Amino acid sequence: MTLSNSAPAPAAGPASGPATEVVLEAVGLTKHFPVRRKLRDLFTREHAAVHAVDDVNLVLRRGHVTALVGESGSGKSTVARLLAQLYPRTGGDILLHGDAVTVKGGRRFRAYARRVQMIFQDPFASLNPVHTVRYHLTRALKIHGNAGRTADDLERALADLLGRVSLTPPERYLEKFPHELSGGQRQRVAIARALGANPEALLADEPVSMLDVSIRLGVLNLLRDLKERLNLAILYITHDIASARYFADETMVMYAGRMVEGGESETVTQNPAHPYTRLLIESAPDPDRISGLTADTGDRGNGEPPSLINPPAGCRFNPRCPNVMPRCTVDLPPRIEIGDRPGHWAACWLYDPATVAAQQPGSAAAATEEAAR
Amino acid sequence: MTGQPVLEIRNLDVDYGLGDQAVHAVREVNLTLHRGEVLGLAGESGSGKSTLAYGLTRLLPPPGVISGGEVIYHPPGGEPYDVLGLSDRELRAFRWAETAIVFQGAMNSLNPVHKISTQLTDVIKAHQPNLSAAARTARAREMLRLVGISPDRMESYPHQLSGGMRQRVMIGMALALEPQVVIMDEPTTALDVVMQRQILGQLIELRERLGFSVIFITHDLSLLVEFSDRIAIMYGGRIVEEAPAETLYRDPMHPYSQGLLGSFPALRGPRRELAGIPGSPPDLRAMPTGCSFHPRCPKAFEPCPARLPILGQPDAPTGGGRTVACWLHPARVPVG
Ligand SMILES: Nc1ncnc2c1ncn2[C@@H]1O[C@H](COP(=O)(O)OP(=O)(O)OP(=O)(O)O)[C@@H](O)[C@H]1O
Ligand SMILES: Nc1ncnc2c1ncn2[C@@H]1O[C@H](COP(=O)(O)OP(=O)(O)OP(=O)(O)O)[C@@H](O)[C@H]1O
Ligand SMILES: [Mg+2]
Ligand SMILES: [Mg+2]
Repeated sequence: MTLSNSAPAPAAGPASGPATEVVLEAVGLTKHFPVRRKLRDLFTREHAAVHAVDDVNLVLRRGHVTALVGESGSGKSTVARLLAQLYPRTGGDILLHGDAVTVKGGRRFRAYARRVQMIFQDPFASLNPVHTVRYHLTRALKIHGNAGRTADDLERALADLLGRVSLTPPERYLEKFPHELSGGQRQRVAIARALGANPEALLADEPVSMLDVSIRLGVLNLLRDLKERLNLAILYITHDIASARYFADETMVMYAGRMVEGGESETVTQNPAHPYTRLLIESAPDPDRISGLTADTGDRGNGEPPSLINPPAGCRFNPRCPNVMPRCTVDLPPRIEIGDRPGHWAACWLYDPATVAAQQPGSAAAATEEAAR
Repeated sequence: MTGQPVLEIRNLDVDYGLGDQAVHAVREVNLTLHRGEVLGLAGESGSGKSTLAYGLTRLLPPPGVISGGEVIYHPPGGEPYDVLGLSDRELRAFRWAETAIVFQGAMNSLNPVHKISTQLTDVIKAHQPNLSAAARTARAREMLRLVGISPDRMESYPHQLSGGMRQRVMIGMALALEPQVVIMDEPTTALDVVMQRQILGQLIELRERLGFSVIFITHDLSLLVEFSDRIAIMYGGRIVEEAPAETLYRDPMHPYSQGLLGSFPALRGPRRELAGIPGSPPDLRAMPTGCSFHPRCPKAFEPCPARLPILGQPDAPTGGGRTVACWLHPARVPVG
């Protein structure tokens, strides 16, 4: 079992290669969850809400893996759920092959779900404890019309699904209940169930974070194989940015409900531009830094994650940012091209030459100067 | 760092089911946890890590049964006793006062109908009944901050938090109990690395202050290497290698440990070929003879399918302070 080393060739990158067909697209996607307030707040005018996702743009292409990485609680699962139409959205559009779609359950939701399938973060909650593996998979195959006509067809389809997630031989697993499987085995069943729909787009929410490394490689290889063989468009949500490097063509980084950086995976992981992405990469476990734990935990990583009920003004990373400039606390940074590789951008004022010239990073002098002007 | 033993696991066997139907999920495990130590437990999915953790605290869900062995607990300043011999009442006291477990999938063990604030203050109340309500709330806020959650989320219900946030609440709760032994079963699988580092850093800091010991279960060996003092590797229900973290990383002896270490995608440096471990985990109902890893082992030779290698101190220059169960490194001093 080897994860092939063929890096996504630069030429096939998102911006430079021939544009592959867009399957699913999010434009200005926004989700605010209202917060139930105390009685006295009822008399004030603003409506408190958790700003889980704000103005997110995202494109999933046929035969392409897009990774979404970011802090816990930054809104990654919410983006996936919105794309799967499991939640109504507060704002923005979801386009399937260019057509705006909004479904609210019922038959249209089924039709949508046949094309866009989601694998949930949490295998403990997503499988029903009173049903066997056979039941879960049969149901998925039947709902989406992939069970075949005869009992033999069904049996073959089941064996095939289990084989794809390396639960072999199938008879060892088919009659098991979820509690009889280890955590990793359960997650593989959940993946097999999503594959039962034969979808065009797969939204995989941390599909391997519960799996151990050897199986993880197998499942990532499997997803890559599906992307190539079935031309699937895959959204791969993960907090393991190293796996995004190996497995995703493109990587997007989220912080506190907003996209902060995007580009080819190799570029984003090797030349991260946004200070949050840099922090993320510096924090990745590094066995060569044994016992580095006491020394460097107190540094910049220790900033508090922001409240999403009252998110910071300007750039949401500004309270923790080592490079903060006065402007960052006021104006929301737009997507700015970095210029090192096509398609690499960051939402950060550091990449706006005019802003940097006007405001020396973090220096009080710059602020006073500005005040004097 | 490694002081007196606090928990000694001796020849522990755990089965699921009885008689012929029994699955031997944990076999003849010998492992010692020292005071103030972080002991990492790694191994493939299904290797028995969770079963071992629940077995030693007697929290096994049926049909799990402990079919042999001892778990000797050394209370601070008291006489050691066998946890497996405690009555139900003694056991409750032991669990409450001495151990705290963060379960695998802990993000689902929060009660969905109560707010986070209620659940946290209840735990604090049970543990420190004398604290005033205001002090409890303050302590709960402090715990949330400790695990990186903005205290304005106190009034949220579990479904309103992300997976990683729920996991962090559970870690906060476990630490609120100020236990002697903390068992964490995959506590950070849903967390990003910045948060992982922050929480594990907090844990290490608290451990230095409060002196508890930690059993840290994960399949993420790269994380363990950095954060634990010693690492034990499990395969097919047995410990196959145990060594100080750095030794294990630099010089793994068991081919399975080598395979685990070779399976990580690297974030830094050139993209290298990931080897992984060929084959699939053993069927616990039909274990291979001899060393259960031999069908997947690239270095298997003639004794491997025939005889079970025992865990012991290897006869090698770097053999001190470590044990391995492999015919390539026959044991000089067996443990157990
Ligand atoms: N139903 C809900 N009601 C209120 N707030 C919610 C709800 N669902 C999610 N949130 C909030 O939205 C934010 C984003 O949550 P989300 O689950 O998308 O994060 P995530 O990036 O997937 O995090 P993780 O990596 O921990 O899974 C969090 O602050 C969360 O508390
Ligand atoms: N209730 C049960 N009945 C039968 N077998 C079980 C039961 N619970 C667990 N097992 C089996 O015992 C073995 C060990 O399971 P355990 O959950 O301890 O593994 P683990 O090492 O924690 O794996 P993971 O990393 O996936 O959590 C697995 O093969 C599992 O299938
Ligand atoms: Mg999530
Ligand atoms: Mg487990």
